[in-house]
Amino acid sequence: MKLVSAVLLGVVLCAQAQTPSSPQTPQSTSPPGTPTSPAAPPLALGQAPSVGLNIVVLDPAHGGADLGARGTEGIRESEVVLEFADAVRRALEAQGFQVIQTRQGNENPSFDDRSARANAQRGAVFVSLHIASTGLAGTVRTYVMPEASAVRDPSGLIPWDQAQAPFTTLSHKLGDMVQAELAQRFKGSPPTAQEAPIRQLRTTAAPAIAVEISSVSVENRTDLDRMVPGVADAIAHGVTAFRPSYVVPAMPGTPLVTRP
Amino acid sequence: MNPKWRLWLGGVLAVAVIAAALYFPALRRQVYRAKTITEKTAEQARRELLPIAPATSGEPMVKAKMFWGSTDGDATLVPVTVELPLSNDPTLRAKEILNTLLAGPVDPEARTLPPDAALLAFYILPNGTAVADFSEALANSIPSGIQSEQLAVDSITRTLEANVPQVQRLKILIHGQEADTLAGHLDLTQTFQVNMNGAATQAPTRSGLSVLTAPVQKAYEKVKRATKRQ
Repeated sequence: MKLVSAVLLGVVLCAQAQTPSSPQTPQSTSPPGTPTSPAAPPLALGQAPSVGLNIVVLDPAHGGADLGARGTEGIRESEVVLEFADAVRRALEAQGFQVIQTRQGNENPSFDDRSARANAQRGAVFVSLHIASTGLAGTVRTYVMPEASAVRDPSGLIPWDQAQAPFTTLSHKLGDMVQAELAQRFKGSPPTAQEAPIRQLRTTAAPAIAVEISSVSVENRTDLDRMVPGVADAIAHGVTAFRPSYVVPAMPGTPLVTRP
Repeated sequence: MNPKWRLWLGGVLAVAVIAAALYFPALRRQVYRAKTITEKTAEQARRELLPIAPATSGEPMVKAKMFWGSTDGDATLVPVTVELPLSNDPTLRAKEILNTLLAGPVDPEARTLPPDAALLAFYILPNGTAVADFSEALANSIPSGIQSEQLAVDSITRTLEANVPQVQRLKILIHGQEADTLAGHLDLTQTFQVNMNGAATQAPTRSGLSVLTAPVQKAYEKVKRATKRQ
């Protein structure tokens, strides 16, 4: 039932997106504790002219009772990602992006609520931040969903639970660009993005990546703190490099345009 | 009582006191040891209650390839060849293989799955989709993270691919139910590709069981009923 309702929500969301309505100003960062519903009103595709990438939805993973990975010295993933998110937000804003965070305090929005923050925007990308339990300390990896053929029903709508499918090629491009920047700054990190079927990314209708930093098992918390500026800088440069590749079409039903 | 018997009684009592004094430190050590024994987890107790998989000791020893983690800490999988008495029946064979994978390698550092996780049920459907039902410990005890969760699933799928060619796709259930994620990251609502030859016959499904084929739904219900009975 849950799945069916999620699909229907997606259909409703997409149906709204196809209906011309008044243009909506992109949301600014919401206060804590006000998660957006998956059925939040989307932007009208037919109203505004083509828009480029100008919004980054930043997702510090976990939160609330979900502490995420726990390591030595009481390191908690849900707390550390907030510190990384603050730095990434500042670096992105310095590049001229508007940043929306899925959480700013110790809340734990659902996967769908987090995805909805990106799905309700036009010209947005989604970046989820994680700290791993494993991996060589001081390395960072970017993950994207595996390539999948987009599923549309006869009306051209995309089911909510497969919202990422039409964006996987763009997600790979964004992931590779961000990972290339990370690999330059963190020795031992892979040169390109890796594929993994990540639940958070599956329902996100935008180019979407998950960045995972190793790890909560560092000997000292300061080892993680030292990585903050480099991770923030790399993500900001990677997203900036991706900006020309992403243009949202003006007309309803027009496929996304990927510039060479 | 005459003095002779009194003397005997006193002697016996004295020997008993000396014996007790000598035994007391050993008794203390035993009590201390009993206190330090780790309490059995619910999962361990559950594993003992579960029916034991059919013995295949009569089967010929076969070289099986298991994919455990590298001990270098680089989160990669390394094939390890072990000799096992494996059945020719693909379902029994897969159960034996997965139980060996769960039992873990000689070096605990190379583990990819939690030591207290158990395989509760395993079915292979005619279309090559396998359904593996694991205990909750698989989700609860695995280190949280994209990398560690993917390593766990990869070790299962690659080990099945190397040893049970009949399995083309794998659906993972946790305690008889479809789970959203393994431990907060990896999506378990989809099936995982095991044998690439099966890709042409049916693409991996990315959504829940409600859109899976009818046989998968039947197997899911069967696993659920079996779990309830236990």
